[in-house]
Amino acid sequence: MYTKKVLEHFKHPHNYGKIKNPDGIGKVGNIVCGDVMWLYIKVSKNKENQEFIKDIKFETFGCVAAIAVSSIITDLAKGKTFKAVLKTNKDKIVESLEGLPPIKLHCSVLAADALKEAIHNYLFKNKKEIPPELKKHHRRVKKEKKIIENRYKDWIKAEEKIHKNGKRISNKK
Amino acid sequence: MKKGKRIYLDYAATTPVDSRVVKTMLPYFTVKFGNPASSLYSFGQEAKEALERSRGIIASVLGAKSGEIIFTASATESNNTALKGIAFANRNKGKHIIISSIEHDCVLNSAKWLQSQGFEVEKLPVDKYGLVNLKDVEKAIRKDTILISVMNANNEMGTIEPVKEIGRICRENGIYFHTDAAQSFGKIPIDVNRMNIDLLTASSHKMYGPKGAALLFVRKGVKIEPFLHGGGQEFGLRSSTVNIPAVVGFAKAVEICRKEIKEETQRLTKLRDRLMEGVLKKIPASYLNGHPKKRLPNNANFWFKFIEGESIVAALNSYGIAGSTVSACSSLKLKPSHVLLACGLKPSQAHGSLRLSLGRWTKEEDVDYVLEILPKVVEKLRKISPFK
Repeated sequence: MYTKKVLEHFKHPHNYGKIKNPDGIGKVGNIVCGDVMWLYIKVSKNKENQEFIKDIKFETFGCVAAIAVSSIITDLAKGKTFKAVLKTNKDKIVESLEGLPPIKLHCSVLAADALKEAIHNYLFKNKKEIPPELKKHHRRVKKEKKIIENRYKDWIKAEEKIHKNGKRISNKK
Repeated sequence: MKKGKRIYLDYAATTPVDSRVVKTMLPYFTVKFGNPASSLYSFGQEAKEALERSRGIIASVLGAKSGEIIFTASATESNNTALKGIAFANRNKGKHIIISSIEHDCVLNSAKWLQSQGFEVEKLPVDKYGLVNLKDVEKAIRKDTILISVMNANNEMGTIEPVKEIGRICRENGIYFHTDAAQSFGKIPIDVNRMNIDLLTASSHKMYGPKGAALLFVRKGVKIEPFLHGGGQEFGLRSSTVNIPAVVGFAKAVEICRKEIKEETQRLTKLRDRLMEGVLKKIPASYLNGHPKKRLPNNANFWFKFIEGESIVAALNSYGIAGSTVSACSSLKLKPSHVLLACGLKPSQAHGSLRLSLGRWTKEEDVDYVLEILPKVVEKLRKISPFK
């Protein structure tokens, strides 16, 4: 049911893990199935003084499709300017993976959302001007995030602790 | 993965057909191909004899009479017939039906449809192991209750329900009792009299028989409407030309299971326990779904914290291991398993479920291979997960 390309990315995902002190984080969740995707970015400026994504990594709790779209979006975004990256929509993601099963198309939206959120987070933290579409997008994602964060609140709290102290998996359910 | 190495651990989904079964079936495709309804000549007589012989074999294993076994095409059909057939035949007596909350979709959705037809359906809760409580059964019973349907063993986590006791309660209250034994028949002993069962569903392809054959046991005297109307085959309860090769195969499969059940149960229980203990010991933050003891000898079901089931199954497949999950991502409805939620799991926990079901060709080395691969798979997916 998955294309070869999807399975390749699932088996050998690119750029997974955390970035220490990221310049922006995009945390999104899918309220339908419950998948969660976190995207970390490091931002730099090119010769033309344009901001671009110097490094990008992901962490995903989800199915084959969710992991594959996470992996492909890091490929699509790495080294690109914000301007170019913000054009990456779900269709581009699906196309790059040579297709997704219809029921899994929502996973591609998740990846596109995460990337936009990471950029929004960077712009917001650095008190930079945020394009209106990105603001609008952020408001929508925020609503959905509340629902999903409520679902995983115990785990997210534990995760924040790990970020501070560094700890391994606990046996507590 | 060694080239070509494949280990099937999804026997609860379906089983390969035993070669002894195939051999028994073959003549009924080409030589003894007659229609059992055309029994005035030898071709039809051969088929009719095969049909009745098969019925007799299966009836005797269940402790039933020959005339109480109706052959159908699937467990889904049997369950639909049981629920809808009893409901419509007894609606003058009452319109209240009780089922458990962890039934297979074909029971759940039949009951849901009956609700749209004016019947009332009550779902029994289960405890954290998936067990129905007898007190809840007694509490749910009303004057107008006509049917209680509780599965013999659950398809996802293998928990074995107190069917005999629920049957006794039904007897005392004059209520028909149906049990879906699709997962349990051939794996644990069943006696319809000793267990107070009025209607029972069983399926051929879960016990090394072919797909396309199943049965509904209907105790003599039970008032039931047929689902399919036509030529009046199967005592008027299931019109259709009977799938003779499949039914003959089903009977052969039942015969083999009866002969081997004792040794096979011991062998599988040992392997299953080795698998369950190994997984829980080797993998941190892994948990068992279902009851540790009151479960089918071939079923192991876990959930792993912080990772998702479809990913686990796909990753195992790349090592040649076939397992299954009922995570939201893997379901067509994108919803977590109703069974695991009924047992009190949160959606986030049910997200990481994995069922491994063993069978006739599972060897100890297969279990050991899983115990070598699964921890690696879980560890890798956890590295990718934001939660740790």
